[in-house]
Amino acid sequence: MPTRKCNGCDGKSDHGVLLRRLDKVLREYREKPGALIPVLQIAQGLFGYLPETVLKRISLALEKPYSEVAGVVGFYSFFSRMPRGQHVVRVCLGTACYVRGGKQVLDAIRKQLGIEVGETTADGNFSLEVARCFGACGLAPAIMVDNDTHQRVKAARVQDILSQYVKRVGKAKGRSKGGKR
Amino acid sequence: MPKLMIDDKEVIVADGSTVLEAARQSGIHIPTLCYLENIQAIGACRVCLVEVEGAKTLVTSCTMPATENMKVFTRTKRVREARRMVVELLLSEHDGNCQTCDRNNDCELQALANELGIRDLPYEGARTKAGRDTSTPALIRDSGKCIKCRRCVTVCNQVQSVGALFPQFRGFKTEMAPAFGQNLANVACVQCGQCAAVCPVGAISENPQLDRVWAALDDPSKTVVVQTAPAVRAALGECFGMAPGTRVTGKMVAALRRLGFDAVFDTNFTADLTIIEEGAELLKRLTLAVKEKQPTALPQFTSCSPGWVKFVEHFYPEFIPNLSTCKSPQQMFGAVAKTYWAEKIGKKPEDVYVVSVMPCTAKKYEAQRPEMNASGVQDVDAVLTTRELGRLIREAGIDFASLPDETADRLLGFSSGAADIFANTGGVMEAALRTVYEIVTGRELPLENLHVGPIAGLDGIKETSVTLNGTEPDFAFLEGVTVKLAVASGLGNARTLLDRIKQGKASYHVVEIMTCPGGCIGGGGQPRFTTDEVRKQRIQAIYSEDEAKQVRKSHDNPKIKQIYGEYLKAPLGERSHHLLHTCYVAREKV
Ligand code: SF4
Ligand code: SF4
Ligand code: SF4
Ligand code: FES
Repeated sequence: MPTRKCNGCDGKSDHGVLLRRLDKVLREYREKPGALIPVLQIAQGLFGYLPETVLKRISLALEKPYSEVAGVVGFYSFFSRMPRGQHVVRVCLGTACYVRGGKQVLDAIRKQLGIEVGETTADGNFSLEVARCFGACGLAPAIMVDNDTHQRVKAARVQDILSQYVKRVGKAKGRSKGGKR
Repeated sequence: MPKLMIDDKEVIVADGSTVLEAARQSGIHIPTLCYLENIQAIGACRVCLVEVEGAKTLVTSCTMPATENMKVFTRTKRVREARRMVVELLLSEHDGNCQTCDRNNDCELQALANELGIRDLPYEGARTKAGRDTSTPALIRDSGKCIKCRRCVTVCNQVQSVGALFPQFRGFKTEMAPAFGQNLANVACVQCGQCAAVCPVGAISENPQLDRVWAALDDPSKTVVVQTAPAVRAALGECFGMAPGTRVTGKMVAALRRLGFDAVFDTNFTADLTIIEEGAELLKRLTLAVKEKQPTALPQFTSCSPGWVKFVEHFYPEFIPNLSTCKSPQQMFGAVAKTYWAEKIGKKPEDVYVVSVMPCTAKKYEAQRPEMNASGVQDVDAVLTTRELGRLIREAGIDFASLPDETADRLLGFSSGAADIFANTGGVMEAALRTVYEIVTGRELPLENLHVGPIAGLDGIKETSVTLNGTEPDFAFLEGVTVKLAVASGLGNARTLLDRIKQGKASYHVVEIMTCPGGCIGGGGQPRFTTDEVRKQRIQAIYSEDEAKQVRKSHDNPKIKQIYGEYLKAPLGERSHHLLHTCYVAREKV
């Protein structure tokens, strides 16, 4: 099966090791029904995100059309096609957070970071995601940055919170290429 | 065999039938949108709602099994209002601009709105935005018109086994598209247009070329010639409200003359030429394999169907040596029209403008493949689908039904009945047998009416064999050899057949594959909507065309003898090699 040439991949580099681990997973899952989602989860665990070469490799090995693999990746928000930033900002849009201003908080973060949901800032500092519920409904709206939960967040406080994670937030602006639509 | 009541009618149906099937069987109309006979019943659009006694909610009849003593009501107030609401919701999101839409007057959504009596839209919804993909020569996709019925996805995956389309993204942004919403040209799509053939609305259609055809017709410096594929004559009438299977060959020729083409020719002529070349190629491969025991690629695959050729290039490149090197009849026509015929009328290739009318969208792609310029310029300049020809005739204000029957111009327009049947699944094989059998044995193919029964009809994969006895001296090495043949239509069936061959579970000498189910008569450029019943009518019309011909075998066509005598000299000869044969490239699978 011809695969794309991987620049600088000698099979010993980190990437090469990861690919070989992926291939092993693919051999295990090949014959199993419903393999696609678990394989994608494992691949994301291995690589941290799902690059195109990995997705195409999965499509060929599982004999699933690439369009179907892509459809599944695009459907579930926990799959990412871009390397994640150093810090992952997740905004809860569960019912409680939504009605108590979660949307405004999200808009403020989007504006502050200059990226859309699913994207990563050009400097690799922040990725932005939305989530359903952190179980912090009593103190809604909530956001999580990495493993820290921030509660009763107001749009005006967004800059303060983010600046705890990087010295000059202003520099984090601008989106990187290749983000999700 | 459950017995049920639908409205006030008692209906007995086969086990496993749905309520929709039961209703259709007894002549009760239930509207549908996402349903595709024998292919898709997913209960997604909810247009087919009916009321079932004892059920709390309305049910989708396309997925509801018909059971004993069931009482079904198809036209109660509740049903009518629910269906209307479903369609009103669809329309409230729809980028509706019927007057300028490709499907104006030929749209299932428009027809439903009319049928359900929708006169205003009570809902204000966010409208899907036009998102046009014009990346391929074959098709235009406009996600703004899409109603997400998924018919295209199911056909591309289940019927064609290509899998270029799948729902991408989620919620309101959901799009039936290639991976991550890319353009079709970037992915392994064979441009067959079967997605366009089943789309109920204006979301997938052929990439139109009417403008350039009008421009050529209006350009006095160009000699504009037209060729029509065999399958067009069995379906064009449908564009003018005639029944499927109405034979309109004579009217089609008359219409093309009135449109101002300088010569009205016929792809049939080069279908005959294909048989001579492809038959010679087969005999050459058999000679190598049987007589000289040389390695050679067998089975030989037909190569007339450009979607199939692209399918092999993407998914089975190991079979490329098995593809006949013969160009398709469309491309052979372009090459000889711009050389042989151009010379005859004292023109240069670039002064001749070749228009084809095809039942197919992949032919638009084929015409612009870089190999297809044997005359020195692009051999075929414009490709119209059958549907586009219908439009051209309407735009010219020609009253199609009242046209007289005329015949095509002789030189590149005269053909045998063997050429007509290229339109049907099994037809290329039958045409080849009529010629090859006679070359090898010196006798006519000993079958009633020259038809090869086992490879005719709508089955997806068909097989037969022919034993050669009493061979001519030149072919004595084939004495007693049983030639094994297979025919498949629809690329899913082609895939099954290829896998069997690959695994050594089957072996053949010749295999005919047509991209579209039923063959070209069911092509992606034919008038919509092509059901199996419509396929059968068109297939029958084509067999009647064949049987009505005086010449039934390609090698008996006097114009074929003339072109070899005057120009090509011998099959597989140097000129043939240059003008009529081609090569293929391996492409990526994903
Ligand atoms: S797809 Fe149908 S309903 Fe929609 S604009 Fe076109 S003709 Fe009108
Ligand atoms: S043209 Fe054929 S292969 Fe391409 S998307 Fe449509 S159905 Fe699939
Ligand atoms: S493109 Fe056409 S066939 Fe495909 S989902 Fe949309 S409306 Fe249905
Ligand atoms: S036709 Fe039955 S739900 Fe669409």
